[in-house]
Amino acid sequence: MRLPPWLLSDRAGLGLLLLLALLIIVVPTLNLLTPPDSALHLSAYTVTLLGKYLCYALLAVAVDLVWGYMGILSLGHAAFFALGGYCLGMYLMRQIGTRGVYGDPLLPDFMVFLNWKELPWYWHGFDSFGFAVLMVMVIPGLLAFIFGWFAFRSRVSGVYLSIITQALTYALMLAFFRNEMGFGGNNGLTDFKDVLGFSLQAEGTRIVLFMLSALALATGYLACRWLVSTRMGRVLVAIRDSEDRARFLGYRVERVKTLVFAFSAILAGVAGALYVPQVGIINPGEFAPINSIEAVIWVAIGGRGTLVGAVIGAVLVNFAKSWLTGALPEIWLFALGGLFVAVTLFLPHGLMGLVRRRAEAAS
Amino acid sequence: MSELISDIEGGIRTVDASVDASHGILLYLEGVTVSFDGFKAIDNLSLYIGDGELRCIIGPNGAGKTTMMDIITGKTKPDTGRVFFGQTIDLLQLDEPAIARIGIGRKFQKPTVIEPLSVLENLELAMSGAKYLRGLMTTRLTGEERERIGAVLERIGLSDLAQRQAGILAHGQKQWLEIGMLLMQQPRLLLVDEPVAGMTPAEMERTAELLNSLAGEHSVVVVEHDMGFVRSIADKVTVLHQGRVLAEGTLEEVQADPKVIEVYLGDDHAAH
Repeated sequence: MRLPPWLLSDRAGLGLLLLLALLIIVVPTLNLLTPPDSALHLSAYTVTLLGKYLCYALLAVAVDLVWGYMGILSLGHAAFFALGGYCLGMYLMRQIGTRGVYGDPLLPDFMVFLNWKELPWYWHGFDSFGFAVLMVMVIPGLLAFIFGWFAFRSRVSGVYLSIITQALTYALMLAFFRNEMGFGGNNGLTDFKDVLGFSLQAEGTRIVLFMLSALALATGYLACRWLVSTRMGRVLVAIRDSEDRARFLGYRVERVKTLVFAFSAILAGVAGALYVPQVGIINPGEFAPINSIEAVIWVAIGGRGTLVGAVIGAVLVNFAKSWLTGALPEIWLFALGGLFVAVTLFLPHGLMGLVRRRAEAAS
Repeated sequence: MSELISDIEGGIRTVDASVDASHGILLYLEGVTVSFDGFKAIDNLSLYIGDGELRCIIGPNGAGKTTMMDIITGKTKPDTGRVFFGQTIDLLQLDEPAIARIGIGRKFQKPTVIEPLSVLENLELAMSGAKYLRGLMTTRLTGEERERIGAVLERIGLSDLAQRQAGILAHGQKQWLEIGMLLMQQPRLLLVDEPVAGMTPAEMERTAELLNSLAGEHSVVVVEHDMGFVRSIADKVTVLHQGRVLAEGTLEEVQADPKVIEVYLGDDHAAH
């Protein structure tokens, strides 16, 4: 099999794909085939942690596509991530059935607790896995499409657009906090039991979820890499660097923006849907503005407009976060802020820029 | 939705068939007025550009030259007046991308090329043709497209720099590349805003040659301050002042016009 030229010339990307393939083989092996007391053994906890990082990495790739290539600084991408998560969470809630605290065959616990007598209309269909997976993509994609349609057609851009995206995720957070919305209020959706009949507590299920996350990241990366290698990719860069030039060349800038923004939201939704069964909960906190800002910081640290940098940034920062919030929880936000300032000042092109500069200096 | 997806670029199909310049006039501006906060940037302006003509527009700062270009290209909508492309196309009904697609190319005052892309990619970006979403979802050039890009590269003298990143081109080369991008659109009308600002005399000379070679094939409207350059390209000059046409004719005629001398004194004489 010969690789197409657009992939062949992307050495960093090939490295990433190779690494993901390796992870898909090695992680299950170390988890399932080594004895628990072996030094090489990976605990189910570690596997899930790695899976979480991969979901964040996919979110970062989605952010990089719109920010790094099209110049739209979205400070609300975590909203699409959370919506994807809620869609899958609704399926997982319906799977609980009579095993809930109240044992109601139809209504999730929180609805029984609120004295609701019947399932709200928008909860119908989520007992089907296929429908839920479809909604994981449709809901974030549709919201981004409608949002983009109005924002980009009115030529809202730059910092104003960033502020509106921030408002979007904040508004969703407030809405999802309300019990009347029917999404479990501030507790969100949790106590999940199984997915497609497989227990979420089982190691095998966790391994499969990890592998799916790696596969989703690889697929999302390939889709974005292909897109930016096409002529469409050149149009995105033109919009980023000179929107008027693109418009006077005859491109319908707002339509390109709307479509790519919606595509990016779908990727974020898929990431969120893979995240939820691994962490076991989705609540309105996922809509918090800080989450979207963190995603932007991952991309900035890795190097925007590189896609691979987004993955590196997401994994490194979250690794640091896992470690620091355990060791020194109170300094995490300062460390993150400091890191962002340092990268902006000294590494405007992020870690990938550093690597590229080294490579150029060496050759 | 499918219309929305397919219409991202739209592409120019056959421009020549749709633009009717049978009366010899390609662009009509009639009684155009536009004011910003009470200030009349364009005041009852009427202007006609012939098919294949090369016209220079001169005038002091604030005469309304850039606003006029904004109106023609759909960026600004006038308060009153009519703007027609050929006999039949009402430009006031169209937005910027639509106007670009029917064959009006615009070069900005500041050279605006897409700096991270190569010279070739910039031209590819500007290429017209029935190129819908499917046409954008490709990573390859067809042989015919390669030929078209090659011809434009030849014309703007950047054949040897096709793979060079546009951002590291010299100032003059960026200006030529932007003109090349307009040519890739296969326009009937080119609007060129101050093409030689900041150019060396040698670069100016090449630019004059390039623009002269375009006239006939395309109509070209050049806004320029440099009188020496205007002399080297234009057969007809329009002088704008306070948003209206002050004088029109050959450069010698307008320079001899007492009204022009009055408003344009200094600038005009200092230039030569």
